[in-house]
Amino acid sequence: MTFQEILKTLQDKLGADVVQPTTDLAGDPFATLPAEKLPEVLNFVKDDPRLQMDCLSNLTGVDAPPDHLDVVYHLFSYPLRHSFVLKVRIPKANPKVPTAEKIYPTANWQEREAYDLLGVVFDGHPDLRRIMLPEDWLGHPLRKDYKEEQEYRGITTTRPSLLYPEQ
Amino acid sequence: MAIHNQEMLLNMGPQHPSTHGVIRFVVKSDGEVMSEAIPDVGYLHRSIEKIGEICDYNGFMPYTDRADYLSAMNANQGYAMVVEKLLKLEIPRRAEYLRVIAAEFNRIISHILALGALAMDVGAATPFVHALKEREKVNDLMEALCGQRLTYNYVRIGGVSYDMPPGFTERSLAFLDNFEPLMDEFDRLVGENKIFIERCANVGTISRQDAIAYNLVGPNLRASGVDFDLRRDMPYSVYPELKFQVQVGRGERGSVGDSYDRFIVRVREIMQSMKILRQCFAQIPEGEVLGDIPKTMKVPKGEAYVRTESSRGDMGYYLISDGTDHAFRLRIRTGSFTSMSIIPKISQGMMIADLITLIASLDVVAPEIDR
Amino acid sequence: MELTLKGQLPDNIVTTKVDDVLNWARASSLWYLLFGLACCGIELMQTGGPRSDWDRFGAVFRATPRQADLMIVAGTLTYKMALRTKILYEQMPEPKYVISMGSCANCGGLFQLAYSVVKGVDKIIPVDVYVPGCPPRPEALTQGLLKIQEKMMKEKFARRAAS
Repeated sequence: MTFQEILKTLQDKLGADVVQPTTDLAGDPFATLPAEKLPEVLNFVKDDPRLQMDCLSNLTGVDAPPDHLDVVYHLFSYPLRHSFVLKVRIPKANPKVPTAEKIYPTANWQEREAYDLLGVVFDGHPDLRRIMLPEDWLGHPLRKDYKEEQEYRGITTTRPSLLYPEQ
Repeated sequence: MAIHNQEMLLNMGPQHPSTHGVIRFVVKSDGEVMSEAIPDVGYLHRSIEKIGEICDYNGFMPYTDRADYLSAMNANQGYAMVVEKLLKLEIPRRAEYLRVIAAEFNRIISHILALGALAMDVGAATPFVHALKEREKVNDLMEALCGQRLTYNYVRIGGVSYDMPPGFTERSLAFLDNFEPLMDEFDRLVGENKIFIERCANVGTISRQDAIAYNLVGPNLRASGVDFDLRRDMPYSVYPELKFQVQVGRGERGSVGDSYDRFIVRVREIMQSMKILRQCFAQIPEGEVLGDIPKTMKVPKGEAYVRTESSRGDMGYYLISDGTDHAFRLRIRTGSFTSMSIIPKISQGMMIADLITLIASLDVVAPEIDR
Repeated sequence: MELTLKGQLPDNIVTTKVDDVLNWARASSLWYLLFGLACCGIELMQTGGPRSDWDRFGAVFRATPRQADLMIVAGTLTYKMALRTKILYEQMPEPKYVISMGSCANCGGLFQLAYSVVKGVDKIIPVDVYVPGCPPRPEALTQGLLKIQEKMMKEKFARRAAS
């Protein structure tokens, strides 16, 4: 099924919450939905016999300045060989999204990575802690306004250059 | 007499004598049988995704080599394809064939190092040295093609950087003729060895539902019985014109999806790669190797997600661009990251020595996990 | 009065200093710790492999720091790994040497812009020989080993141990 057919199936079942915001961007199209509807939509796309999306291929967090964060879900179906893209937008002041771990177990580690590097908090996740950086790191590095500290536990973070010592 | 036992927390630390890199396991066990093995990753997190937002598109190519250094050509190709999809570039046919030749050579050497490392972790030290000897010969061929032995930086956005030197075809075909009987000998020496079969059969069985639910890809997924290969089912580049067979695990010495299946699927994939290489050398057309590309690349606003079949499964590149000459967000989704996430579930009730076999047969590499 | 044995000994007896014999024995059997972190680790394994063989210099790899006297830091060092590197260095027995292999271990390499990479392993442990390259060729790394052997041959060990 193509993107437009899948979008129409979702809109028939769940109303006008799932929308395609714009069509003048290059590359792949995507659809957005509000954060509370996420578990319902994911359950529907996994069980419906016309869609059968049994694989969550990728879960990404994106920083959308000045004060929003996006979470992007790429879904894929092994029996029917089609794919779909969903996006959820949340405010930076209260970045909470319901977890997808009960529906797709692979989301466990990918959500931990989004929490570690961007600060998105997933409600209902069994074990939300840092995965890539040390436990006592401060800040979330992939945000656009991240500033590096001067040193970490006594190790300085810069190295003076031998060619240009005044910099 | 009452025996008091309690659970111990053992540490298989980041520095250990295996080739998979710096990963750490915290093992909860009571003697030899584990109750759980929890992986702890992040010891090689080099922030490649943040650097993708600082460098411009052409300058980022060397970093994709370091994301998976054992099969660097596949990683390069994925990144070039995602930028070309947004720019809507046409690539010369000769460049496509050269990309496929380099990618299949990399698949051969990556798989043979994985098999040698599996044999060494199980206890046999000699097959690893045989694998290193074969890698040296292919390193010579790659050095003749692009000048580097390990991290190539060969693919460019719009084609490849250098053409084949004179005599390359004859040397490659001589290597392939020499390598086929050696591969048969390796298969008989290691794969039909009674001790190896006892150590690998029925160890770490992953069922088909678990493999799809935890998003395993590549040879791990095919060994669990799912017949899916991106080169045949969602083809890209010149793969529609090449004939090969997709290898699926059949549970020959144990159950479907155990460690022996993951071993034998990789051995057979090496044979199929040799077939693809011979067809490429016979069919490659003449022409240019680098298309017409502008000096500063202004990619239009939008996003794209491209998956290619690398040695460890499908490597996905997700790129969001905002119209300037560097990316807004670049995400690399690799097969080893999700392979590690299945270990806490499968390792319940295993013995500690079987954990080593499970990790080696899943073929994880540290920079793919941590990026 | 000249006290010398020259000319009075047959040809199969050698006279030398204690320092020279000790240094020659130590330099001809350097056991190195396998500390391959990233891409340079693969080149380290290839250098110990069949074509450019390190066994002819007496150098074999050991997996534990208690049995090693040379540590080859091959690859990028991150902050999470840096604390463990210091512990491993302190577990090695004296006399010990360190080779820093590759650009990432020398100065941070091409990851200078990264937030989680230590810019050079000499911020944590003292280094004897730096081998440049990304990754260095096996011939370059073998020359690094030979420089460590030259350095060891000049040490005055017996006098320091006696005092």
